[in-house]
Amino acid sequence: MTTTQTGARTAGRIGDNAQRPDGTLKVTGEFAYASDLWHDDMVWGVTLRSPHPHARIRRIDVAEALAVPGVSAVLTADDVPGENAYGLEHADQPVLAADVVRYEGEPVALVAADHPETARRAAARIRVDYEVLPALTDPRRALDDDAPEVHPGGNLVRHLRVRRGDPAPTAPVVVSLDFEVGMQDQAFLGPESGLAVPAEDGGVDLYVATQWLHVDQRQVCLALGMPPGKVRLTLAGVGGAFGGREDLSVHVHACLLALRTGRPVKMSYGREESFHGHVHRHPATMTYEFGAERDGTLVYARADVLLDGGAYASSTAAVVGNAGLLGLGPYRIPSVAVDAYGVFTHNPPCGAMRGFGCVQAAFAHEALMDELAAAVGVSPVEIRQRNGMREGDRTTTGQVIDSAAPVAELLERVAAMPLPPPLETSDLRNLPGAVGNTTHGEGVRRGVGYAVTYKNVGFSEGFDDYSTARVRLQVVAGEAVATVHTAAAEVGQGLVTVQQQIARTELGVERVVVVPADTTVGSAGSTSASRQTYVTGGAVKAACEAVRTAVLQRAAVALGGPVAGLALDGDKVVGAGGEVLAGLADLLGDDAVEETVEWRHRPTHAVDPETGQGDAHVQFAFSAHRAVVDVDVELGLVKVVALDTAQDVGRALNPDAVVGQIQGGSAQGMGLALMEEVVVADGHVRNPSFTDYLLPTILDMPPMRVEVLEYADPHAPYGVRGVGEPPTISSGPAVAAAVRVACGRPLRRVPIRPEHVTGT
Amino acid sequence: MRVTTTVNGTERTADDVWPGESLLYLLRERLGLPGAKNACEQGECGSCTVYLDGEPVCACLVAAGQAIGREVTTVEGLADGQSLHPVQEAFVEAGAVQCGFCTPGLVVAAHDLLARVPEPSDPEIREALAGNLCRCTGYEKILDAVRLAARRQATR
Ligand code: FES
Ligand code: FES
Repeated sequence: MTTTQTGARTAGRIGDNAQRPDGTLKVTGEFAYASDLWHDDMVWGVTLRSPHPHARIRRIDVAEALAVPGVSAVLTADDVPGENAYGLEHADQPVLAADVVRYEGEPVALVAADHPETARRAAARIRVDYEVLPALTDPRRALDDDAPEVHPGGNLVRHLRVRRGDPAPTAPVVVSLDFEVGMQDQAFLGPESGLAVPAEDGGVDLYVATQWLHVDQRQVCLALGMPPGKVRLTLAGVGGAFGGREDLSVHVHACLLALRTGRPVKMSYGREESFHGHVHRHPATMTYEFGAERDGTLVYARADVLLDGGAYASSTAAVVGNAGLLGLGPYRIPSVAVDAYGVFTHNPPCGAMRGFGCVQAAFAHEALMDELAAAVGVSPVEIRQRNGMREGDRTTTGQVIDSAAPVAELLERVAAMPLPPPLETSDLRNLPGAVGNTTHGEGVRRGVGYAVTYKNVGFSEGFDDYSTARVRLQVVAGEAVATVHTAAAEVGQGLVTVQQQIARTELGVERVVVVPADTTVGSAGSTSASRQTYVTGGAVKAACEAVRTAVLQRAAVALGGPVAGLALDGDKVVGAGGEVLAGLADLLGDDAVEETVEWRHRPTHAVDPETGQGDAHVQFAFSAHRAVVDVDVELGLVKVVALDTAQDVGRALNPDAVVGQIQGGSAQGMGLALMEEVVVADGHVRNPSFTDYLLPTILDMPPMRVEVLEYADPHAPYGVRGVGEPPTISSGPAVAAAVRVACGRPLRRVPIRPEHVTGT
Repeated sequence: MRVTTTVNGTERTADDVWPGESLLYLLRERLGLPGAKNACEQGECGSCTVYLDGEPVCACLVAAGQAIGREVTTVEGLADGQSLHPVQEAFVEAGAVQCGFCTPGLVVAAHDLLARVPEPSDPEIREALAGNLCRCTGYEKILDAVRLAARRQATR
């Protein structure tokens, strides 16, 4: 049941450690990422962005820019042929700002030129006459009566109320705290890029790195004023996503320039532009209170969560949904009162990032859980085990958890893992500050911290969450070949591998070709919410089953017997005893058997607007972390020594890839706890570079032990449970807890800075 | 400006190179070698790592003109025909590749490390790869890959 090590490899059915089909291309440099695309007579597009968080545009003069030799087009809001608006949930964001800019970095104009530097220099010659307006940059003021309105109708994006149990509960032990989480960046390494190619039918073909082709297509069509048949999207190689590619970036801009110039247009952001070019994780301001019996058993919980959505709605409403519905953690709590708010400000827009609303809340509920443990005198592990959810329990929205909820076991497993050896001071590399030679061990204290989480898998609250798969089986040069076609975005997580594994398992073939994702097949939904293996995996499985049924029916007719007992094995039809009854080559000849299936998971439901009660989610995924840190309490430097985790994945279709997701997700959570923050001052991003926005390096990451539990979810295909997000949620709070233990300070904000540790 | 340089053993020439262009731009956009990546173009991520006269450099920090008359080896030049270099092989097998955007730079950096230090310790691996960011893996499987490549090389 447990896999921790790299195992033996096989050709790759489900459960095997199949290798990525794109692995070789990626190690030789031949894999074509969006930023690698190239076309014969292509020109380069660049974006001019607002330097102000809030300003009125009085006039834009493009004459000088147009006069620059090599420039083929300069476009502004007037050049948007369709609706100048896009957005994931609400179309509230202009393609190019028309009269007002609402955040620093908002796109205002576009330039196409024969060299990217020419385009950049021309963009610098566009004269925009701005009237700077007062900016709302403190989310805590957003709902004040006298706050400037970011959009007509007020600054509230969503307020979610959750009420359950006793409306006025009391308890003998009460603990509370305030907590703040800074703004995190997805920091995928592959910059936003795309290539738009004008087509002969007057439409456009767009090759782009994204997470959801069809939701992009819908928005691009709206902005271009074109029907879907004329706007065809193909997934270009994606260099990581983590939520940051759910919203549009270059999409409409590249298409506009291509249609205007009649030439292929490539756009590719530099790192600084990337920081302005996608949404970030919402910063949060939270107040939490737990009431408990003297033994630590929870009686009630209250939480107030405020998320800064920035200038446009993006997916803020859904993030508020998660923070509100899941934001008390994986605990049994009889009475709850949660209010979660998402608000507009003139800060950079925030939206999806791995963990989606649960990450912020987990820092607060896990810090408070440690407070409660201290208040009643039990260990951090024990308090969590005592209150941890079990299968059959109800969530804070009243939903029954109808598959495994092994909170206590996950904690037991991480607690039982061996601890790293004690601090060893003879090698500076082991110390906080390392070869910076800042300490020789004096002032260094060790701390151990625990955290646990649960996360919804798939889209919730009644969303029609489905995926489409087209599977074809044919015999090519004597060999049975399955072809899998979906629009699902492979972003690095390994979905292409899993699709092959499923087809091999269901159709018994060796060779499976996963063709590029594009919009000529139905929507696969988003590569987010840890959902693709479940939902697109489910669709591929269902399409394979349909193909198999069709082939076996043909076989039954040909053989003049019943379908029952027939099976596919390689390029043969076999009987119940494994005996070969027919060759596929004879049976199919040149025919291909193809089936397309739209597959849905069990429906979810909207929650009651007054009480937040309802069956909002289709599945929950649980993980626990234990962090061990060494902290130089005099200088505030932290070294994470170990970051160990246990997670229930239902069933690991590719155990190595599952472990890879867990390790990578853990690193991102640790980054938020200790170093990653988009610093925004008065609406301006102060650190839009990898020089100043720090990501964990290989020196920062400790060894990570991973225990994978496989308690199959009976409602999910193969029993799978989403994997990608839980590790990003529970790792950070465990690290923060460990630092708290080491330095003895409350640390009510992440990322934790040296001055917080030292209290100076 | 005209730039002539030897790339992966072949002399290559590009004309009309703007003096501000980096070696990375030259390789990617003028010579059709997009293997070296462009994650930051500021010397912070290592995704653009190539050899210049045998020394690993960030191609984004080298001006195209600085490569004139010198030898450049990119990730595209490491495999021997159809057979992958052991470092490349190990990255695939160890699961060190997810999105893969960091991979070309890491493969070159690991290739350089193992050429200098055939059996590196874990701290040596970490130090050698400290300039290469990866956002997907948490680095554990990258360490696995380098250890595996070292073992493979030792037995060849
Ligand atoms: S692209 Fe050269 S170091 Fe990042
Ligand atoms: S594999 Fe994606 S950045 Fe390393």
